[in-house]
Parts: sequence; C-alpha cells; structure tokens
Amino acid sequence: MNLLRLSWKNLTFKPLNALLSVLLFALSIGLISLLLSLREQADEQFDNNLAGINLVVGAKGSPLELTLNSMYHVGYATGNIKLGQIKAFFNPKHPIVEDVVPLSVGDSYRGYRIVGTVPKILDWYGAKLSSGTVWQHDFEVVVGEEVARVNGLSLGNKFKSNHGIIDEGDENNIEHDDDFTVVGILAPSGTVMDQLVLATNQTYWHSHEAHDEAAADHDDHEGHDHAGHNHTEDHAPTSLMEEDPEKEITSLLVRYKNASSFQALNFPRNINENTELLAANPAYEISEVRRQFDSGQRILGVLVMAITIVSALSIFIALFTSLRERRYELALMRTMGAGRGKLFLLIIMEGLIVAVIGYLLGILLSHGIMAILAGNVQDDFRYTVSATRFLTEEGWLFAAALFIGFLAAVIPAVQASKTDIAETLTDS
Amino acid sequence: MLSSNNLSFNYPGGEVLKFPDLDCQAGETRLLLGKSGSGKTTLLQLLAGLRQPTTGQVIIKGQNLNDLSGTALDHFRGQNVGMIFQTAHFLRALTVWENLAMAQQLAGKAVDRSRIDGLLEQLDLGDKANSLTGRLSVGQQQRAAIARAIINQPAVIFADEPTSALDDDNTQQVIQLLQSQAAAVNATLLIVTHDNRLTGIIPQQTQL
Repeated sequence: MNLLRLSWKNLTFKPLNALLSVLLFALSIGLISLLLSLREQADEQFDNNLAGINLVVGAKGSPLELTLNSMYHVGYATGNIKLGQIKAFFNPKHPIVEDVVPLSVGDSYRGYRIVGTVPKILDWYGAKLSSGTVWQHDFEVVVGEEVARVNGLSLGNKFKSNHGIIDEGDENNIEHDDDFTVVGILAPSGTVMDQLVLATNQTYWHSHEAHDEAAADHDDHEGHDHAGHNHTEDHAPTSLMEEDPEKEITSLLVRYKNASSFQALNFPRNINENTELLAANPAYEISEVRRQFDSGQRILGVLVMAITIVSALSIFIALFTSLRERRYELALMRTMGAGRGKLFLLIIMEGLIVAVIGYLLGILLSHGIMAILAGNVQDDFRYTVSATRFLTEEGWLFAAALFIGFLAAVIPAVQASKTDIAETLTDS
Repeated sequence: MLSSNNLSFNYPGGEVLKFPDLDCQAGETRLLLGKSGSGKTTLLQLLAGLRQPTTGQVIIKGQNLNDLSGTALDHFRGQNVGMIFQTAHFLRALTVWENLAMAQQLAGKAVDRSRIDGLLEQLDLGDKANSLTGRLSVGQQQRAAIARAIINQPAVIFADEPTSALDDDNTQQVIQLLQSQAAAVNATLLIVTHDNRLTGIIPQQTQL
C-alpha cells in the first residue's frame, strides 16, 4: 500500500467528484491534440503536393482557385487555355522554365477526378506504379491507390467516366460513352495522386467530341469547363506540341530552372500583365490558405485555453473540497507517522492521477475524432487524415498535463501538509 | 517507559494549563481523570507529541520528545505511540486490512501480513478484513482502532475517551481488549476519560 495506491483509492472512493475534472481535462487535452495533429497533417500534405511546382498557369480568374484546382484537385477550373498560348513553355531552351506538366480536368469517375496529363507527373509527385504500366494511348488510365481500393478496380477493368465533377450517386450525371481501361495502379504516395485517375490530355478531346450537343443541353452543370471539344483521329502517343494549337487544356504546372533568379521572381507578373494567361505562385497561394487556417486556429486556441483553465480550476476545487471532508484522515495519517511531506505528496499525486487519466482520455478522444474525420474529410477535400499518427508535441503535451495537474494540486497539498493534528482530532 | 515533568501549556487566549508529573512503567494501565475543560485532551496531545509544551518535557522510552522535531517526531510517534480516539477515524477509502497495513508502512515498517491477520482474528474482525471501515458497526470500528493502535507494538498507547460512545457491553469488551493487547506488547496504557464505568476496573488513576 504505497502512497500512489492510496491516492488512487482516494480518487476512486468517490469517483463522481473526480469525474468532472477528468472529463474537462480530457476535453482540453483532446482539443489541443486534435488541433496540433490536423495542423501538422495539413501542412505535410500541402507540402507533399507542392511537388516542386513553382508556377501554375491557366485561364484568367482567381489564382487561389487555379492553384487549388490544378494542384489539390479541389473546386473548379478557371477556364481553358489554348495550346497555342502556352507553346513557349514547352521550349526546352526557355530561360526560366525547366519543365512543364499539362493538365486537362473536368470529368470524374465515381467522385474521383480524371486528369488528362503526361506520365512525367508521377515523377514530380514521387508516385510509383504498384502494378501495370503508365498510360500511353488515349482511354488508357492509371488509377491512384485509393481509387482502385475504394472502387475495387484492377488491371484490365473498363469503366465509363462522368461528365463534370460530380459526387457519387448524383442522379443527373451524364456518362460519356467511351470506356476507359485500367492499365496501371499506383502505389500509395501520400499525395493527391492517390485519389486521381490519370489519362492522356488527348483523351479529354475524344470523350467530349461526340458530346458537344449533349453538353449544350446541360448548361446547368455550371463551372466545368472542358479541355477542347474538337474531333481528332485516334491517337498514337504524340507530343501535345504536335497537336492543333487551337486545342485546349486546363492548366500547366511549371518548374523553374532557378526559382530564386530575378527573372523567375518576375515571371508570374510578366505573364499576368502581358498575356491572356493567369500565372499563380502555389507556395504563395497556399501560404494565404494557411493564414486563414491560422486565424481560425487562434480563435480555437483561446477557447482551448479557457477550457484548460476551467479544468485546472475544477481539479483544484475537487481536491480542496475533498480536503475538508478528509481532514480527520490526514490528521490520522500524521499520528500514524506520516510527515508533512507525505501528505503533500499524497494530494499532489491525486492531482497528477487526474491529469494522467485526463491526458489518456483526451488523446483517445482526439484520435477517435480523427478516425471519424478520416472517412468524411477525404471525399470533400482530398485531405487524408491519419488517426494512428502520434506527434512529438503530444509527448510535450503530456509534460504540460503533468504540470497543470501539479499546479492545480499544489495549494490543496500545502494545505494538507499544514494539517494541525491536535486541532483537528480534538474537534470531533 | 513514559514520564513527564513540569508540563504546562499556554493557550493563545492566555489561559495557562499546568499538569501533574507522570511516571508510568511498561505494562502499566493508568486512568487520567478530570472534569471537562480540565485539559485532559491537551495533556494527551502533549504526551503524544502532537503539541509542543510551553514548559516541561515528555520522555518516552528514554527519548525526550523536545529533542525531536518535524519528520523525526512523526516517525517516532508512528513507531512508539498508538492512539485511540473517542470516535474511530480511518482512511475511509481503504479496507480494515489496508488500514492496518498503512499503519505499519507509515511507521516505516514492512507490511507484516501474518501480524495483521492474527490481530484481526484476535479482535474478532477476521471476517471484516476486506470491508471498508465505514461498513463496520461502532463497536467493530473501535476494535479496529485498537488493532491499529497496537499493530506496531508501541511503547505507549494513548486512548482518549475510548468508551464514551459505547454501550456497557461494548465498554467492557473494549477495555478488556485494550488491557490485554497492551499487556501482550508490554505497553503503557494511558486512558483519558470521565467515564465512571472505568474507575472501578482500573485502580491506577491520576486526577487533573
């Protein structure tokens, strides 16, 4: 029967007294852990998806929308651009541009977006094939790990695409007639590639050629501009630059040769002021998004702070009231040979036990919430939440929890250690 | 075994209490008698080192309590002094058995299971070992308090009105137990009381 067990028994003897403290404490720890984890994981995914891309070029509109649509595959495209407008970017002798990846977006398969692009994009995002080959011919697709897993796709499967970016289950969707064939499946990469269906840019032109009339009837599906609607012959793999300059794609991802050069810094402004194109710096746009995140977090932070203070107060009050009930016990312990230090420790440990249990429950709470979020958030925001990842910050949080437990218990503990045996025991 | 001389205590209000000298042998039982307000409990507290006397000294087993302070005094008390109060107090979250084990540990001794089991058996509490103390009857509580007071084989046992809350039968039983248990460990037993039922049983008496 050591002091720790006695503290434990004291707490569990009247569990309701400690329950409120434990719950409040768990709530505050849970919220802090949740905020930290979501923040950390969001940052990481933003960074993973930056993929060394220095610039996104698309049709005039909102630079944030262009970035979100082209890099994170959220929201709608700003419009289309003609191949002729962007020919210069493909020039290997371009003084600033090292490499480009063209994107055509607008269609989807069961809520997963189909992206017309070139296989180089896999290298940019660090994604690897787990089986099959890359797409070469039109209507060949490589699907991301999640797309394959959720829809049970395997090599050789065929499916039809949906016109527009629509969620699964939408009754009004239009199916394109042509079949896509799965030729490859990606290994999980922790990037947006996990959630995409990849095809050639030319596939987009084909799947929309016969669809022009139908699309006109469905203007209520607003916001999904399509890459090109002209007819072309069935394609052997050809470079986009050999295609008709009037054909359209959605946007262009650009990597610079030297991102810190003076020319590179001025490049977006030059494009925006002198051409019909929109150039957006994704790092800048994302930092804007983060700023929004941060101000939201600050408000939540104040709330969490308030809950933490209330929970510390509740531990303090619970211990303090229990002291009044237990003063005989404490005096008794003194007559049995316990020094003042022991009584001090006894109460401190009760505070610490509340803190530790509250901490464990809080961590459980936050990771439980993340497990639930993981299912919901992914579809809407292409944002993967992992419930099983623990941060070093959560270790620090444990130290902070112990400190708060100690702080809340220290005044009652001092009070306990000052118990006057004679006064208390005579007072019966 | 227990002696005191020239003890006095000044209450903060200015009231001064002076106490007769005591000199008790090992194994002796003595009653401390006095009207209420005569300072019986205060004397007990001075003798047990729970209060600091204004003048005089208390010597238990050759140790002058004035020479001890703080933790050393707490420890000495745990090992050499057993205390029984008018109403029995326990660590309420613990069972009877655990209360006795705690008494051994707080006195700095190892938990002696057979000693605890044996003592509870002697005091007819064997079947209550795993009960919370709050579940015991008043008589059982007082017996458990006696068990706790003698568990560490103290040199001195102080009992403050141990029978005032008990009926005649329980009073008889408790006094007999106290005496026999004190004798078993050869301890000095000092009983503060104004209970007339005891004066007929115990001849050694000191009047305040």
